[in-house]
Amino acid sequence: MYRDAILKKFDPRLDNILFILHELQDNNPQHYLANADIEKCADYLNIPYSYVHGVVTFYSMFSLKPRGRYIIRLCDSPPCHLMGSESLLDYLKKKLKVDVGKTTADGVFTLEITSCLGICGVAPALMMNEEMIGNLTPERVDTVLEERRQTS
Amino acid sequence: MNIVRNHVLISIDAGTLMSGARAVEDALVKEIVKQGLDKEVSVLETGSIGITGRGVILVVYPEGIYYADVTPDDVPELVEEHLLKGRPLTRLILTETPKRTIITKEKTGLLKEQPRIVLKNCGFIDPENIDEYIAAGGYEGIAKVLQTMTSEDVVAEIKSSGLLGRGGAGFPTGMKWDFAIKTPGDEKFVICNADEGEPGTFKDRLILEGDPHKLIEGMLIAGYAIHGTRGFVYIRGEYSLSIERIEKAILDARAYGLLGKNILESNFSFDIVVMKGAGAYVCGEETALIESLEGKRGHPRNKPPFPINAGLWGKPTLVNNVETLANISEIIRNGAEWYKGYGTEKCSGTKVFTILGHVATPGLVETEMGTTLKDIIFEYGGGIKNGKTFKGALVGGAAGAFLGPDMLNVKMDFVNLKEYSAALGSGAILVMNEDTDMVDMLKSVLHFFKHESCGHCVPCRLGTARLVELIDDIAASKAKKEDIDQLLEITRVMKDSSFCPLGQSVTLPVSSALKYFKNEFMSRVTS
Repeated sequence: MYRDAILKKFDPRLDNILFILHELQDNNPQHYLANADIEKCADYLNIPYSYVHGVVTFYSMFSLKPRGRYIIRLCDSPPCHLMGSESLLDYLKKKLKVDVGKTTADGVFTLEITSCLGICGVAPALMMNEEMIGNLTPERVDTVLEERRQTS
Repeated sequence: MNIVRNHVLISIDAGTLMSGARAVEDALVKEIVKQGLDKEVSVLETGSIGITGRGVILVVYPEGIYYADVTPDDVPELVEEHLLKGRPLTRLILTETPKRTIITKEKTGLLKEQPRIVLKNCGFIDPENIDEYIAAGGYEGIAKVLQTMTSEDVVAEIKSSGLLGRGGAGFPTGMKWDFAIKTPGDEKFVICNADEGEPGTFKDRLILEGDPHKLIEGMLIAGYAIHGTRGFVYIRGEYSLSIERIEKAILDARAYGLLGKNILESNFSFDIVVMKGAGAYVCGEETALIESLEGKRGHPRNKPPFPINAGLWGKPTLVNNVETLANISEIIRNGAEWYKGYGTEKCSGTKVFTILGHVATPGLVETEMGTTLKDIIFEYGGGIKNGKTFKGALVGGAAGAFLGPDMLNVKMDFVNLKEYSAALGSGAILVMNEDTDMVDMLKSVLHFFKHESCGHCVPCRLGTARLVELIDDIAASKAKKEDIDQLLEITRVMKDSSFCPLGQSVTLPVSSALKYFKNEFMSRVTS
């Protein structure tokens, strides 16, 4: 039912599609766009399911797969790369025991990589859901992960 | 009335928020009340002051003392020592105080400090308070335009200022506006391109977070100049604080009658909405951005027709970058002649640069166009970190060029860099020290392009994939000498045949890396 409430906030115009998809995804506890989300959106805007699917898969912030409570998006663009993001990625993979794009067995973390987040002054950096975290070291990663694990 | 003797400015931007600025702010307000100073000391929020990586930053006025890395635990001592007893807390003072001015080298070779233009208010005013913007001279530009200038006058003024678009391509803004005004249409749109995605660039974010009304005023003036009816700010989805601040600024401006119908009781009506992107670098390209705004996949369009003739929903559309629009109100208020007093003959005004990587003080600076790379890195960036030496810089983001040490004296502006087959681009300067592996850096750049290629055209889709295969082999010392030639050949073909600037620009980092650091590449391959 919450889906209808979200849709009602927007006029059924095509240029609202990104707003609608963002909000549907944000309100899904698993941070993804389920079949039902895409169907609802397509019906509401009176466009084919395939069209919505096409839009969703174009933009990297949207996911078709269920994700963890926290989405870790580690930047791997040149500024963060220069400051050591590649070894941090290895560290994160080992620590979380997952590959890029996968979710930990307990469903707490999903590991993703992203392009530049625009906080390069504190590279290497990552985004944890809506929060930016910079000046990363393996120790800082440990602390951040531990804090999140405890609150979930 | 209370006489406030101290103002404490707390910088609230993406960087300080992640260091816990809100907790420090709360502690500060509570402590000030606790020590009975709440009638004498006021705490104000402001945008970024241009220093990054130093935690939560506070500035205490009138002394103008900067504190860095402040934690809630420091607050009681800070309030007691500085605000109660008047003794600045030396252990937290930021010694390398950011320069609130632009430094220019006059013909005499002497350094001279001048006020900022684009970042004038950033870190000074509360970006969420429209009255502070107005008190700083804000919205005077649009008032002047509405009362004393015709649309043609405005376009002529911008043309004469010599302002070049700050999004990266450096196209003359006045000329674009001139095309827009001459294009017939019952409805015309102004789009602000705030889809800042060029790696190493965050100037637009700091303008949006630090002085959102300046952008609104720039869009209003642009709207008036081209007979526009509606404006759109397209912001990348990751910039949540920017979105929040610009949305608040729009609501406030509307409440003051600065947006909406009959602005300042004139015949001019204009309104602005914010659109949120969803993570696609290619949407920084203006036609891809328009597609995305219309609710489609962000594939670039064929040009011509240019957006100025047929843009959003097929109507004439002016697309300008955030920094470009942030220059407009100052040009109108002070005049084109004043603006031309800054920068070089062919490239007037100032540029906001972001300095990153192996420098002592990463952050952003506003300098005159034509400032040398050396001055930017050593005067503003504090030189190379840990006493190392300079090896090279990647200037203009991933779609920019590598520059070697012999290019340190190059003057940084759109026209001059082009002569050296480089580009000013977005103004990102990624500094690399002697220990940097240039093959590895180019690898990172090419992986970025492969990830961000939208897949619309074959040369870019397949080209970026093949480039990544080649550079991975070179980096792993598994390649032959011919593979380096092939890198260049692929980027040359991509430059000639790719559909949009994304694929066309890959040649820049590849050819420049091979120009300045060829030996490093050669040492990794077998002949």
